[in-house]
Amino acid sequence: MSAQKTERLLNLVICLLSTRQFLAKDQIRRSVPQYAECATDEAFDRMFERDKDELRDLGVPLETGANDAWFEDEVGYRIDRAAYTGPEIQFEPDELAVLGLASRVWQQASLAAPASRALLKLKADGIEPDASSIVGIEPRVRTSEPAFEPVYAAVRDRRPITFAYRTSGSGEPRTRHLEPWGIVSRHGRWYVVGHDRDRGATRVFRLSRIAGEVRPIGSPGEVTVPAGLDFRDEVAALVPPQQTRSAVLCARAGSGLALRRRATATREGAGPDGWDELTVPFADADVLAEEVTGFGPDVRVLDPSEVRDAVVRRLRGVLAATEAVPAGEAARVGP
Amino acid sequence: MSPGATDRLSRLLAMVPYLAQRQGIPLAAAATEFGITEKQLVKDLELLFVCGTPGHLPDDLIEAEWDDGHVYLNNVGAIARPLRLGVDEALALLVGLRALADVPGLHDRDALERARAKLEAAAGDRAAVSEQVAVQVTQRPGPLADIREALAGNRRVHLTYFVPARDETTERDVDPVRLLMVDGLWYLEGWCYRAEEVRLFRLDRIEGLAVLDVAAEPRRVPERDLREGLFRPSPEDTVVTLELDPGARWVVDYYPVDDVQELASGQLLVRLRAADDRWLRTLVLRLGGEARVLDPPALAGAVRERAAAALEAYVRA
Repeated sequence: MSAQKTERLLNLVICLLSTRQFLAKDQIRRSVPQYAECATDEAFDRMFERDKDELRDLGVPLETGANDAWFEDEVGYRIDRAAYTGPEIQFEPDELAVLGLASRVWQQASLAAPASRALLKLKADGIEPDASSIVGIEPRVRTSEPAFEPVYAAVRDRRPITFAYRTSGSGEPRTRHLEPWGIVSRHGRWYVVGHDRDRGATRVFRLSRIAGEVRPIGSPGEVTVPAGLDFRDEVAALVPPQQTRSAVLCARAGSGLALRRRATATREGAGPDGWDELTVPFADADVLAEEVTGFGPDVRVLDPSEVRDAVVRRLRGVLAATEAVPAGEAARVGP
Repeated sequence: MSPGATDRLSRLLAMVPYLAQRQGIPLAAAATEFGITEKQLVKDLELLFVCGTPGHLPDDLIEAEWDDGHVYLNNVGAIARPLRLGVDEALALLVGLRALADVPGLHDRDALERARAKLEAAAGDRAAVSEQVAVQVTQRPGPLADIREALAGNRRVHLTYFVPARDETTERDVDPVRLLMVDGLWYLEGWCYRAEEVRLFRLDRIEGLAVLDVAAEPRRVPERDLREGLFRPSPEDTVVTLELDPGARWVVDYYPVDDVQELASGQLLVRLRAADDRWLRTLVLRLGGEARVLDPPALAGAVRERAAAALEAYVRA
C-alpha cells in the first residue's frame, strides 16, 4: 500500500535532484511513472501538492522558480544538490564512535529512529567508527511518559499547548496553558519549563503528572524563548534546599546505613541502650522524619524535638491506618 | 497522513549512500546497522531496484544485488549523498553529546568536542532547537574510572555495596559486563558471584571497589529492555495492594506500579510489587499513615509491629 507511495516520492526526489533546470509540473508528471496513474489533472495536482509538502516536512529543500525571466508564469521545481546534502563534513573514526554513543542514548526512547538515521548519514563516507576507547559504556534515557512526544513536538515547533495537570497534593487535574521553552530529563523524569499563561509566570511541570491529551493552542513559531535562560537551572531549583540544620539520632548497631552514610559525626555506643549516636544534617524536619520513620524501631530521634514529634506523629498515623483495615476488607480486595 | 511512507523514504535516502560506500556488506550486518530485519531490508532493496532517473530504461535504474547474501548497490547517481540532517536528527545527537560531556572523565573529551563542532556545522540553523532539550547526568559517577579499567582489561572486581532496601552493606565479587547510564544514574551490570546471577549495581552505592588480579569469565549478557524500567518483575515478588491518601500519591511517580485506580473518595488504589519485603515495610512506615495495606495481611501486621515497637521506645524515653 504505502510501498507505492514511497516509490513515487523516491522517484520524485531523484527526478528533481537530476535536473539543473526548473521542471514544470507536466514534465514531472511525465517523468515519474507513478503519476501516470492519475486519471485527471485535478487528481494529479492534489497528489503532487501533498507530495511536495511531505518532502518539505522531511527537510528536502524543494525550490520553485522559472527558467526564463520572460515566462515567469510558468513555475518549475528542482532540488539544489548542494542544499540537499548540506556542507560536506568528514567525521573521523573516534568522532563517529562518540556520535554512536550519543545516538544510543535514545536507543530505547522516543527519538530512536532519527538518532540512528542521523548516524547512518554521518557514516555515508564509508568511514567506520573506532569505539575501542568507549567499550562497555551504554548511556540511556527513557521517555516513558505518554506526554513526551506531544510536549517535545511543541517545544521544537515553539507552539503553545494546553493540558490537564495534577499536582501532588490533590488528585483533581486542572487545565493549564503553557508556552513551552524547554524540556529536561533529570533523575529519570522529564520536565517541561515555560511561561504559564494562567499564573503569568515561569513554571516547571513534570510530564508524568500530565493527565490525558496535550493539545496545541496556537501556531508554530508563536512561542518566544527568552535568551540566555538555562532550563536546567529552572529544574534544579526544584531540588531540596541546602541542609543547614542538624539532628541527633541514635541507631541500633549496624542499622540506619543510609543515615550513617551522610552523618557528619558518629559516636559508637554513645547513645541510650549503647546505641550509636549520629549527627545528621537536614533541611526539612518532615522529610527527615519520614526517612527515620521508615527504619521503625532501629533508629530514634533525640533532638530536635520538632523532628522527634514529627516521627511520633507518623508512627501513630501508621498504627491508626493499620487498625482501620478490618480483616474482611483485606481479604476482599486481594491482588 | 501516512507517516509509514515518509519514514521509509528517509530510511532509504540514508541507506543508499551508506550501502554504496560499503559494497559487499553482508545483509545481516546492514540490517542491524539500519535497525530493521533482513526481510525488511530485502523489501527496501526490491523497491530501490525499480527506482531511478527519469526515463526508466534499465540503464537509468538503481542497480541492487543481494543474491549471495551480500549487498551491492550501483547507479545511485543523484542520491549518492545523504539528505542533510533534519531537526530531530541533529537534535538527538547533539543532546546525546551534551549529556555525555556532562560526565566527568568519561572518555576522550577531544573527540567529543570535535564531533560536536562538526555536527553543529553540518546542521546549521537546524541545530538551534537542540538547546531546548537537555538530559542531565548525575555529577558523581563514583568509581567509574576503575570500572572502565576493569572492563577494558577484562578483570574481576570486588565490591563493598550498600543495599538500602535491606539496610545493609554487602561484600561481593563481580565480573563486569557493561556500564549503563539510565535516567541520569550510572550502573555496573555484571555477573555477581554472591547472587549467582546478573545484577545491576548503582555506582553511587558502591562504597569500595578493588580491581582484582583475576580475569573475568567471558559472558554474553543481552542488553535489557529498559522501556518498562530497570526493575524486572519476578514470580517471587511480593504483590501488595495499598490505598494511598493524597499526600502519598508521589509513590506512583517514583516506583513502578502494576495498577492504579482513582477512588471516588479521592484516594488511589495501587498495586505494586517488590522483591524484598523489608523494602515494602519501610515504604509503608515512611508514608506515616497516609497508606493503608489492604493486602497481604502479613505485611500490614509487620508494619504495625514495627511502628508499635518504635513508638514504645519514645514513650519509654
